[in-house]
Amino acid sequence: MSTLVAPKKEAADSIFNDKNLHAKNKVYQTKELNLWYGSNHALKQINLDIYENEVTAIIGPSGCGKSTYIKALNRMIEMVPSVKTSGEIQYRGRNIFDKRYGVEELRTKVGMVFQKPNPFPKSIYENVVYGPRIHGIRDKKVLNQIVEKSLKGAALWDEVKDRLQDNAYGLSGGQQQRLCIARCLAIEPDVILMDEPTSALDPISTLKVEELVQILKKEYSIIIVTHNMQQAARISDRTAFFLNGEVVEFAETDKIFSNPTDKRTEDYITGRFG
Amino acid sequence: MKLINHDQVLKKMSPRKWKNSVFKGLFMFATALALVVLAILLYRIITQGIGYLDWQFLQSLPSRNPEQAGIKTALIGTIWLMGVVAPVTLILGVGTAIYLEEYASKNKFTSLIQINISNLAGVPSIVFGLLGLTVFVRALTLGTSVLAAGLTMSLLVLPIIIVASQEAIRSVPMELREASFGMGANKWQTIVRVVMPAALPGILTGTILALSRAIGETAPLVVLGLPLFLAFLPQSVFDMFTVLPMQIYNWTSRPQEEFHAVAAGGIIVLLIMLIVMNSIAVLIRNKFQKRF
Repeated sequence: MSTLVAPKKEAADSIFNDKNLHAKNKVYQTKELNLWYGSNHALKQINLDIYENEVTAIIGPSGCGKSTYIKALNRMIEMVPSVKTSGEIQYRGRNIFDKRYGVEELRTKVGMVFQKPNPFPKSIYENVVYGPRIHGIRDKKVLNQIVEKSLKGAALWDEVKDRLQDNAYGLSGGQQQRLCIARCLAIEPDVILMDEPTSALDPISTLKVEELVQILKKEYSIIIVTHNMQQAARISDRTAFFLNGEVVEFAETDKIFSNPTDKRTEDYITGRFG
Repeated sequence: MKLINHDQVLKKMSPRKWKNSVFKGLFMFATALALVVLAILLYRIITQGIGYLDWQFLQSLPSRNPEQAGIKTALIGTIWLMGVVAPVTLILGVGTAIYLEEYASKNKFTSLIQINISNLAGVPSIVFGLLGLTVFVRALTLGTSVLAAGLTMSLLVLPIIIVASQEAIRSVPMELREASFGMGANKWQTIVRVVMPAALPGILTGTILALSRAIGETAPLVVLGLPLFLAFLPQSVFDMFTVLPMQIYNWTSRPQEEFHAVAAGGIIVLLIMLIVMNSIAVLIRNKFQKRF
């Protein structure tokens, strides 16, 4: 099914490319976002837009608030007690901090891939159908189709198609992470958040995940937090540089890495600190 | 300049080695002592009671004649007691553990509850007996029934099950919950589909160990006034009954030498029950140990 859709999307991409980059739809609009852990002011006056069918990379040194920000986008940050926020994050025009906005509702549209591969101690099949089952899909045929589509989407199908009932813990680290991506694709999200998805992986697995991200952006909007600047340069369309809870610079990735406006951005990407 | 004189170090080497072996011997002795005491106990009981242990012993009612005495009422009574304690403690204990670990916010009030639960686990069992006597036997007029004793025993072992279940729930990695929440699952779905399956082996192990404690306890039941001699079986949870430790206590307190041997037979039955239950607990633990 995806093979039928992909060419159209590419065509659409070429029309909008370069000159009309800004004409793309915004998935997320962050306005004056502040976030505190108790008295620790972790995010300060964040203004950031995320565009459809792009990879947005978030870079910055440890403790700069990049993970906090990405976890705010699906309100995962609320699992930490004593978190307070002001300002708003709009997802498709709706403020996600609105009391009437159910967090479960938001997360059916916004999937997340975590730093450490975290498959459930269940079979590969059960891992992928977890999300759809949660959302009430019981039809075996539909579930089987979802499993195949998601595992193909995560470039894992060929490696596991003969052992779907095996425990996911028997997979390698890189395979586990792609399984987690498949699990995320299974809920057919709109946005995929990736919090340093390759930091626990070896270089070859990292490469596979990076290639996957390039394919996935045709259908999804991807936001990826990374410690690895080369990775951001390789795979992203836009890059935001965070420092001490602030967005120092946010621009097209080419510009950030070739001609940064801010001195601090330049120092960071040239490896003078961080 | 060197700060360490290696000749000196070598000279002190042999007293160091000697100390090491002395302590090793000391700890081995401590372990051996416990094993020896256990072996003597088992030897005495088995040589004394094995002669009485046969099918007829398990199937006979207690009797004034040691040759005809059996433990049927006590054995059936113990099973009845388990029938009340197991469901009550499992439901209340696991429910409490889930609430404390997954739902309750961490504040002073919940930590007060937490401390109290841990303290309750250390309260002498006779105190629970007095509580059971006041509340279940007298206030609720349940008498010395299976139900009254079962509820008293449940109170006694609840803290053990709660603490064991809490530990099992806490050992489920946070990342698994995050993965579940991240896909839009709510708390209940996450508990049922992720936390509980992963925590279940730990919870079952704790429950079985707590039940084996309940089987062996005598003091609270003495306080409740359970009969020492009973020649009929309970027909419902509201009937009088007696349990293995009570029956054993009855036989050992009799003057006739023969009854002491009958008691030893009863002890063997009790020990076998406990060993079987604990083995099941160990098996469950080993089978599911390497999950994460």
